[in-house]
Amino acid sequence: MLRDITLGQYFPGNTIVHRLDPRTKLALTVCYMVALFAARTWSGYAFMLAVLISAVAASRINGKTLLKSLKPILFIIIFTVVLNVFFTAGDDVLAHFWIFKITKQGLVGAAQMMLRLTMLIAGTFLLTYTTSPLALTDGIESILKPLAKIHFPAHVLAMMMSIALRFIPTLIEETDKIMSAQKARGADFESGGLVKRAKALLPILVPLFVSAFRRADELAEAMESRCYRGGEGRTRMKTLVMRPRDWVALAAGAAVISAVYALFRRLP
Amino acid sequence: MPFITVENLEYAYPAHEDGGEAFTALRGVSLSVEEGEFVAVLGHNGSGKSTLARCLNATLTPTAGRVSVGGLDASDEANTFEIRRLVGMVFQNPDNQIVASVVEEDVAFAPENLGVPPPEIRRRVDAALRTVGMYEYREHAPHLLSGGQKQRVAIAGVLAMAPRCIVFDEPTAMLDPRGREDVIGIIRKLRDENGVTIVLITHHMDETLGCDRVYVMNGGKIEVSGTPSEVFTQVERLRSIGIDAPETVSLLYGLRLAGVDVPLSALTPDECAAAVADAYGKRVSPADSAD
Ligand SMILES: Nc1ncnc2c1ncn2[C@@H]1O[C@H](COP(=O)(O)OP(=O)(O)OP(=O)(O)O)[C@@H](O)[C@H]1O
Ligand SMILES: [Mg+2]
Repeated sequence: MLRDITLGQYFPGNTIVHRLDPRTKLALTVCYMVALFAARTWSGYAFMLAVLISAVAASRINGKTLLKSLKPILFIIIFTVVLNVFFTAGDDVLAHFWIFKITKQGLVGAAQMMLRLTMLIAGTFLLTYTTSPLALTDGIESILKPLAKIHFPAHVLAMMMSIALRFIPTLIEETDKIMSAQKARGADFESGGLVKRAKALLPILVPLFVSAFRRADELAEAMESRCYRGGEGRTRMKTLVMRPRDWVALAAGAAVISAVYALFRRLP
Repeated sequence: MPFITVENLEYAYPAHEDGGEAFTALRGVSLSVEEGEFVAVLGHNGSGKSTLARCLNATLTPTAGRVSVGGLDASDEANTFEIRRLVGMVFQNPDNQIVASVVEEDVAFAPENLGVPPPEIRRRVDAALRTVGMYEYREHAPHLLSGGQKQRVAIAGVLAMAPRCIVFDEPTAMLDPRGREDVIGIIRKLRDENGVTIVLITHHMDETLGCDRVYVMNGGKIEVSGTPSEVFTQVERLRSIGIDAPETVSLLYGLRLAGVDVPLSALTPDECAAAVADAYGKRVSPADSAD
């Protein structure tokens, strides 16, 4: 049951989207976010949706997979929408009860917020679906590298991320194993209230933590015995290279932002 | 001069901050390993094998005594990095020594740390993966591999560092028989074809067949040492420190106790079979045994 988690998953492929430099894709994701929040009109949202759909199409990622991945975040989206409906100030009151007022502005704002959030999350998922975790951490490290001058631990951060990514499947597997072992002894994880379920999880977490610490110890020793001593003097087998297609893609990203600012900023 | 020299090595694990006493795990170990040698280290649980291994690549600094690797003193911190490059380590649990989420990236880890130029890293990674027979899996995720395959990746990761010696600390303890066979085959191949010096720590006697020297540890000391036939024929002494001789020798030992005149030194199953056949005076001709 833990294997269904698709968050942060990578679907290998060989499309133009897959082949872009991870730094380009990170920058494009930021462009996309900025444009998404700058857009203020319905046609603006339609435009951004078109941008998203064409990116998804170019990456050959299954649209259904992308939609499914939104499920775990549905709660957050609904929560934000509800907040927006009830707490947006406005004078076009449609309904009124107790301290709540539902206004036309509130409904419009909520609908827009829902669109924004959904598209925002879908866009970032597209990034992780088309970029290997390793490439992503390499990209982040490379972008943050200039900050090393002010003693920002860019390499440490990237190393931590890549080790976390490396061990997520291992720990999920281990959790599964511990759970089956406990189930075989009569443990019940699926019924009862929140407190009861949380209590049932304790016998899983304890061995999991113990083993995670042991793994961390052993991994540290193995890394040191393979001459690891931090980022200094380290080279990489695969160096990141910006190709013409990356510059074209970045130009397209800039064009989207400019278009949004020029055409879709009029407040409704 | 031997490649590794260990003289009167002592090591004590420091006392825990929250009470507890310092624990002396090694009490005067001396040994030497020649370049290109295949050395096996045996001993029951807690006899200090892993502690010794950690001293060989400067993970631990001796409390007393001396360890020298390729002429470098392991107690001198300035040599730590070079010694780690010269002496690679393969550990028991393959899961906990693989760093990256792609096989080839993991193999590249050590040369990357050493600052090797990218094209050379690529060359070393491909060569190391071919040596262990995992080249086809270079773009796979390690967690989807079998235990034996993971351990082969771990070996490739050490090979890419171009070490002169590799210390294997119970590399097959967590593997199924098939994975064990693969890994032991690779270890032998490394010695025979690549000239890598091998120190193999193990619980399995059969893995030590064909090695040049055997050291048997007990209570932080080396109890018995010598060539395999010198060591394994001391059946009673080995039993007294909790170690069983190889099954071949145990069989011959039993026959001798029963009054059959067989030599104890036939270590491989083939030699053992020949010795038994000889004793019974019924040698089967090779042509008969072929079918
Ligand atoms: N980090 C540590 N701190 C304190 N004591 C330790 C530590 N590691 C090992 N020891 C102790 O040192 C002794 C030797 O341990 P070592 O791991 O070298 O044995 P080993 O021969 O490798 O055993 P095994 O066959 O179980 O791997 C053991 O008694 C152990 O309890
Ligand atoms: Mg050990």
